[in-house]
Amino acid sequence: MALPKYTQPHYRIWHYFYLFVCGCVFFFLIAPLFVIFPLSFNAEEFLVFTDGMKRLDPDAFSTRWYKDMVYGTKNPWGLAAKNSFIIAIFATIGSIILGTLAALGLSSRHMPYKGLIMATLISPMIVPLIISGVAIFFFMAKVGLAATHLGIILAHIILGTPFVVITVTATLSGFDHSITRAASSLGSNPFNTFMKITLPLILPGVISGGLFAFVTSFDEVVVVLFLAGLDNTTIPIQMWTGLREQLSPTILAVATCLIVLSVLILVTAELLRRRSERLRGINR
Amino acid sequence: MSSETQKILSTDGIPLEESLKKAEKKNKIKAFLLVTPLLLFLIITYIVPIADMFSRSIDDKMVTNMLPKTFKAMEQWDGKELPSEEVFEAFYLDYKILVKNKTAGKLQTQLNYEKNGFKSVLKKLARKQKKFEEGNYKEQIMKVHKRWRNVEYWRAIKRRAPAYTYSKYLKGVDMYSNEDGKIVQVAEDRRIHRILWSRTLEVAFFVTLFCFLMAYPIAHLLATLPMKYSNLLMICVLLPFWTSLLVRTASWMILLQQQGIVNDFFVWIGLVTDDNRPEMMYNKTGTYVAMTQILLPFMVLPLYSVMKTISPSLMRAGKSLGATPAVAFFKVYFPLTIPGIGAGCLLVFILAIGYYITPALVGGASGTLISNQIAYHMKSTLDWSFASAMGLMLLTGVLVIYWIYNKLVGVDNIKLG
Repeated sequence: MALPKYTQPHYRIWHYFYLFVCGCVFFFLIAPLFVIFPLSFNAEEFLVFTDGMKRLDPDAFSTRWYKDMVYGTKNPWGLAAKNSFIIAIFATIGSIILGTLAALGLSSRHMPYKGLIMATLISPMIVPLIISGVAIFFFMAKVGLAATHLGIILAHIILGTPFVVITVTATLSGFDHSITRAASSLGSNPFNTFMKITLPLILPGVISGGLFAFVTSFDEVVVVLFLAGLDNTTIPIQMWTGLREQLSPTILAVATCLIVLSVLILVTAELLRRRSERLRGINR
Repeated sequence: MSSETQKILSTDGIPLEESLKKAEKKNKIKAFLLVTPLLLFLIITYIVPIADMFSRSIDDKMVTNMLPKTFKAMEQWDGKELPSEEVFEAFYLDYKILVKNKTAGKLQTQLNYEKNGFKSVLKKLARKQKKFEEGNYKEQIMKVHKRWRNVEYWRAIKRRAPAYTYSKYLKGVDMYSNEDGKIVQVAEDRRIHRILWSRTLEVAFFVTLFCFLMAYPIAHLLATLPMKYSNLLMICVLLPFWTSLLVRTASWMILLQQQGIVNDFFVWIGLVTDDNRPEMMYNKTGTYVAMTQILLPFMVLPLYSVMKTISPSLMRAGKSLGATPAVAFFKVYFPLTIPGIGAGCLLVFILAIGYYITPALVGGASGTLISNQIAYHMKSTLDWSFASAMGLMLLTGVLVIYWIYNKLVGVDNIKLG
């Protein structure tokens, strides 16, 4: 953002001040994430930069916390990671199926009570998690699904579907319905039309909604805290317990892995968004 | 021509209007059927349980079920004089069963809430009632403790007769209904919930304000920079957005601890001395800083998507008409961004008001919010009806805000990244 030559000095100062403020905010947003990375390679047990680390002494760095994360005694992380992935994957599949169907219905112009139904479907996103947690816990306890994988998966489907509904309805907003009519007039049955015409076109929206659902489930701790038993511990639960009791560098090693995972998800989401915009003919 | 032939018919001889209506209805059902699975799922597993929280929060059947005969006998009693022998007998019989089943303790606790000092009276009765003889229970009970002659204690029992109560809601705002049935405030040193409510509102308000003040400039920069730079900077917003909440909270715990980097920096620039490092975590400061950073992307994204649609030529037009940049900004640009501000602020406010994890980890005792209190009652005291009542009070607040949000920007306009 170069300033034109005729800019008066005090606007120039103001402009640089503005850029400086923006720089500070970006720093505030991103810097905390980068603190974790070097500290997770700390050779010591402290969560501060040791003198050796400041001198970039290679002895001050080690991968012992990563080894501890994978091979450590009484290691909770293996089970937690397995549970987290199982729960998140099934919750994502469930959210995608239910959410996409609902979005297809909602974006039909024949849909009655659209506003009310949309508000109901999105409500798990608006209601504070703690209340969702309490309500879902009461339900799961009543039907005997508390402390089971299935109970947690169902809970995460509840929390994940709003994201799928929102992203898929957004994708469908630019959808040309005459294509599906053309398919039917050429003799395709509704199922085939959906699989061969609609789904490929809305797929970016479906997948990015699915990503949201996955991340929501993978990162969710409030509801799981109410629902989980000892066998259902997940990565967020383990981190929560670890952070409450004592901050150990092993947690930072896990956190680093999670940051890497979120970078991957971010890249995927960004690529999908661009593809979706290209498919829908939105050029910027 | 007759009127019948004027109607346009479709190929199978049905009037077109009718057949259109039929098709329309079919489409309506089709659309509704697509939504039904999710709608049913949510209603059964989510909406009904939330409604169920309400019945749980006003439920007071425990005492009602403990003293069934007593309350039946009390129906005739006007509450002015001491109750009749009938009531005494019924109470004796009910209480005998409770002592036998070893559940008398619960009743003692519950009635002690109603009238201070009831517990010791009831405990004494539990010991003495074994030696009771048949008949004339009124005399025998009154002999056990002189307080049984006091009509106040019998009124306290009668107050617990209804199966429903709104006392949990009163407790949520530090009030209770006293012996005369009047609603009064609890003693000043025990008004903890009101402090929590006001602190929750205060934190949510200031976090929203800080988020707005920080998000506005960067959203503007992102919207005006050329695409290749803004995409790069957008990563700074999206990466924290996608990163686990606990990871971000952990990083703040490292940064803000007493030997942490922020304190190191303060010592280095000479703001504080090394042996006098301020406590920045486990208090409100920690909650503010961490929550602002965590919720900031939720403010930036709606602001960005609105600012992106504002044409830069509008500002140029304003300036060319003689406005200084400041005037052009406040008269032209700022009003156009108000939908984005509304969306961002309400989103952040709603998220902040129900925050649980971050305050619990970095908030300490002075930084906890109402959600922490709900979780505490769910997990520690097991007073689920009180947790439900508090949850519903919070939910009502959120729904009001959500309603405003819907009026201002519409739910359909929520954008995600």
